[in-house]
Amino acid sequence: MHSKTLGWALLAPTLILLFFFGVVPFIYVLFVSFHQWNPFAVNPDMIFNWAENYRRVVFDAQFLASLGVTVAFVFFAVVSELIIGYALAQAFMRDFPGKAFFRTIHTLPLIMAPIIVGSIWKLMTTPSIGILPNILDDWFGFNLNIGQSALQAFTVTVIMDIWHWTPLVTLSLIAALVSLPPDPFEQAQIDGANKRQIFWHITLPMIRPAIIATVFIRLMDALRTVDEVLMLTGGGPGSATRYLGVHIFKEVFPRTNYGYGSAISVVVLYLTIVACWLLYVSLIAPRNTKKG
Amino acid sequence: MRKGNRWLPVLFWTLISFLTLFPIYWLFVISVKPAVELFSTPSVILTDVYWQNYLDVLGDRTLRGYMVNSLVISTGNAVLCTLLGFMACYALSRFDLPGKESIFFWTITNRMAPPAVFLLPLFLLLTQVYRIGEFSLADTRTGMILVYCTFNLPFAIWTLRPTLDGIPKELDEAAYVDGASAWKVISEVVFPLARPGLAVTLILTWVFAWNEYLLAATLTNFNARTLTTGLSEYVTTTGTEWGIMAAISVFTLIPALIIFSLVQRHIVAGLTFGAVKG
Repeated sequence: MHSKTLGWALLAPTLILLFFFGVVPFIYVLFVSFHQWNPFAVNPDMIFNWAENYRRVVFDAQFLASLGVTVAFVFFAVVSELIIGYALAQAFMRDFPGKAFFRTIHTLPLIMAPIIVGSIWKLMTTPSIGILPNILDDWFGFNLNIGQSALQAFTVTVIMDIWHWTPLVTLSLIAALVSLPPDPFEQAQIDGANKRQIFWHITLPMIRPAIIATVFIRLMDALRTVDEVLMLTGGGPGSATRYLGVHIFKEVFPRTNYGYGSAISVVVLYLTIVACWLLYVSLIAPRNTKKG
Repeated sequence: MRKGNRWLPVLFWTLISFLTLFPIYWLFVISVKPAVELFSTPSVILTDVYWQNYLDVLGDRTLRGYMVNSLVISTGNAVLCTLLGFMACYALSRFDLPGKESIFFWTITNRMAPPAVFLLPLFLLLTQVYRIGEFSLADTRTGMILVYCTFNLPFAIWTLRPTLDGIPKELDEAAYVDGASAWKVISEVVFPLARPGLAVTLILTWVFAWNEYLLAATLTNFNARTLTTGLSEYVTTTGTEWGIMAAISVFTLIPALIIFSLVQRHIVAGLTFGAVKG
């Protein structure tokens, strides 16, 4: 009746598909990364050159600069989203007229294509046609030009990411807050705890798993941000917003140096895994040891 | 719930909603202005509406082709992922397969990697390795449908698993006892019960495929280019056709918005699946 053959047969198409489009590319990129290979160069053959490509990655100033701005971008974006998202989730915890309506509007950016978000913010901030540079200039005499100022370009990409992804944090935290039992809060109020004490000693520890899960998702997504930034700034000015994904897109393809491009890909993948692992160890592991 | 002024939150959320909606409104404003008016002082209020940008987009054969490609690829991919995800989840939920939980976790790792990392290997594989004689998957709709499975299929499996685990096993066992074939049990007992979960999965995978840009931009040249890649083609070094770009953006936005408004509740549930589990 429950033959295992049928089970494997049902699973097979998925396994085959993910193998050819998920595993094989990974093995292939690993293979290519140990070769010197430029199909359009004088010598188009693949030449095995040990870890030469990796040595180049480690000393590549452009790559290291890209890594630096990526870390800064991810840090500012994710921390801001967490704070704003928590505040908004708390604001949703009370009843008020039109709550469902406002929540729908707040969820809207989530469903939008990153490339559209990029083009919207480009239309907002481009000096000649955008509304933001005009308003800022008229009201505060502030000159917003993300094509020239590195700091402004960086800030706008962070704000764009906050606009796009804070709703995800809000929704996740609402789900966590709704499921909290009321008893500890009532007890704390009876004991005369103030709001700040309740937040640090009751709310935060209880929604900690949800916060960690949300940070995980956001961290992975922020590390892979490409479309929006590519559209908004193209990685510029200079290399101020040239985050890792943008760097690979702009550097690897036009140069057709496939061996070196593959090495960068492997290093970025490795760094992503390490970042997630470090987060996991520092946030989840201590909690488990405390319990034990 | 807490007491307090009921209208203060309304005021607060009106302000937040304004911040959320204004960029989208500005996109619309740009899309309904003729090119000459764009560079005069930008005004927030629309005085007259100019639809020519939309007509230009619809009249452009290349862009119409991109639209068809987007539709075919996202629909094909969503159907394929939902179907394969359903089959895989049925196997994972009902059969005692060795290492099945590892397989379940392995599927999602395919989605974790930054897509930029897979651009180059996928490009090389599609153009140089995955080919039979003259037939190659590079720059074909079929190729893109298969490539999109790397991020959509794991998502479908992870969204459908709770649905299928939630359908009582006793139901299909009873049907087996009555002498039904496996195909009958799956199609007539399990499938109808899983329908709500399948609908949400179908819609979300469709939206993800419709919104995808990076892979489409690098793996297609002309034949299989999608609407999202059309957008970046209007940003050139010699100047940008802002109105057209905004109109394409609106065209890309509308299907997702319609679908979103239809299934808003379910999407919220689907998007929080990771958090609720954690």
